Amino acid sequence: MSLAKFLERLLQLIPVMLGVSAIVFLMILITPGDPVDIMLGEQQATPEQREALRKDMGLDKPAAQRFGHFLRNAATGNFGHSYFHRRPVSEVILERLPATIELTLAALVIALMISIPLGVLAAVRKNSWVDRSATLGSLLGISMPGFWFGLLLMLVFGVWMQWLPISGRSDMASQVPVVTSFLTVDALLALNFKVFASALSHLALPAITLGLPMAAVLTRVTRTSMLEVLRQDYVTFAEAKGLSPRRVLFTHALRNALIPTVTMAALEVGSLLGGSMIVETIFGWPGLGRVVVESIFTRNYPMIQAAILLYALTYVLINFLADLLYTVLNPRVTL
Amino acid sequence: MTSIPAAASLVTDATQPAQSPLRLSWQRFKSNRFAMGASMVVVLFILMAIFAPWLAPHDPNETDLLRRLQVPVWMQGGEWSYPLGCDALGRDLLSRIIYGSRVSIFIGATVIFVATAIGVVAGLLAGYLRGWVDAVISRLVDILLAFPYLLFAIGLMATMGPGLQNIILALAYKEWVIPCRLVRGETMALREVEYVEAARAVGASSFYIMAREILPNILSSVIVVSTLRIAHVIILEASLSFLGIGVQPPTASWGSLVADGRAFIWDGWWVSTFSGFAILMLVLAINVSSQGLRDAFDPRLRD
Repeated sequence: MSLAKFLERLLQLIPVMLGVSAIVFLMILITPGDPVDIMLGEQQATPEQREALRKDMGLDKPAAQRFGHFLRNAATGNFGHSYFHRRPVSEVILERLPATIELTLAALVIALMISIPLGVLAAVRKNSWVDRSATLGSLLGISMPGFWFGLLLMLVFGVWMQWLPISGRSDMASQVPVVTSFLTVDALLALNFKVFASALSHLALPAITLGLPMAAVLTRVTRTSMLEVLRQDYVTFAEAKGLSPRRVLFTHALRNALIPTVTMAALEVGSLLGGSMIVETIFGWPGLGRVVVESIFTRNYPMIQAAILLYALTYVLINFLADLLYTVLNPRVTL
Repeated sequence: MTSIPAAASLVTDATQPAQSPLRLSWQRFKSNRFAMGASMVVVLFILMAIFAPWLAPHDPNETDLLRRLQVPVWMQGGEWSYPLGCDALGRDLLSRIIYGSRVSIFIGATVIFVATAIGVVAGLLAGYLRGWVDAVISRLVDILLAFPYLLFAIGLMATMGPGLQNIILALAYKEWVIPCRLVRGETMALREVEYVEAARAVGASSFYIMAREILPNILSSVIVVSTLRIAHVIILEASLSFLGIGVQPPTASWGSLVADGRAFIWDGWWVSTFSGFAILMLVLAINVSSQGLRDAFDPRLRD
């Protein structure tokens, strides 16, 4: 892809990102009632304090000006104050974000590691028992409510079998130096395998809860696109040339078949980000998603606003990166 | 040799009235045993929701602290009058699950009805009129698509507050994008076909063309996608209610039933398990039926 195309595509992101920010900004505006009351929540305040807060929030200015202010602040990472945590929102986000990223990446790895081999196998052995069970499995995975699946895993592996811990991240976090803030990685870097095992065992159930439904979606997509690719002339030609079936499958077919999988995986990151809020709540995972859910009940709006903006912008960027990845997988695709 | 039976069937076909496409689709759907079975399950769930007061053995909100976490009938100490056991407040779980189907089905159907109506109109306008109308609608669609669904709904519910009406609004605000994109794409393809051009040539109005020439031809894909999306909306509503920002207690909703049982997973596993199983069954049945519908309307799509 040429640099000009890349820049053009990058520029197209700007209106979307502005629109996303506008909607997040509007979410507070549509709230019935005085924003000051909402910010204060249950707390009592004198009229002077209320007036100070109104000024502080810029509510004495017109909406357009406030939106400009909101954008400027967001661009510099200033999301206001979390009245509940008594700290700036950005500080809370930075503290909680690594745990969410670790969980989401683990789920993504699980989803890809299951769906790609299974989807390919189901396509190559179409109508075999592998194919049938993969189809049935993904139908179940798509129809399963994530929060219920998490509770079932918790019940079976945590409560009945007692194989895996059902809550929290790990109590041994302080035993390794913080490098990446991903506990599993930090433990490996410190070569402390006891902490690694503990971190991994805490990560297992939440990551499986989040990753398996995504694996269900991706298995279907991979199977369908692999079937499509295997019907193409160039695959028949490669076979006719006398190349080994393995070579045809992995070097000729798989690369093209993975394009829809990559698109779908990027789109499904949205479900991962949404789902992480539920999974973190169920398993007491100390990430950003849990803070968002808690913030609803403490009416901590600056926190919710910041997190939604952050998640939505991340989602836009990931889909942009997925677009770039196509051109690597298939150089004939131009943006 | 194989051409002879085909020719014979052509002859018999010619003597009978032509089959309508809808009839052909229905015949294809009927021959799909999985899809037929699944749609029976969906119908049973709908009947259960309608006749909940007659079917439920107890009042779903009647508490009886003596029956706190009473076990299901097949376990030691279970009773036939409380077949699935009771929750932590001694309410009959079966009755609550039966009543919970009302919330799920009502919200699923209402959201999809509203969203499809908006999405079809917006998609027709964007795809047929193009120009600035399309630019405005498409940008809005792009922006809404940038939000992860559950996150968007959580954000809106956080500001609007819980409640049935707000759930419907929060989900419909985003859901209309799905039918809109579908309809816009198909409309853009159809506005160039001959019969639409012919209608334009004889002076038909844009409204007439959209409503009478284009809409009937895209209706089947809209129906297929809408039924599939009901399953999605049901899971989203359950997720919101599970988090405690959806339907409020004491109203029974499947999501809040699972949440109720969560605190008692050690000594009352059945509360969450059976409530969630109800969601799984309905969503699975809707998914299979909608796949059957898709195959019936357009057999080419089958892989």
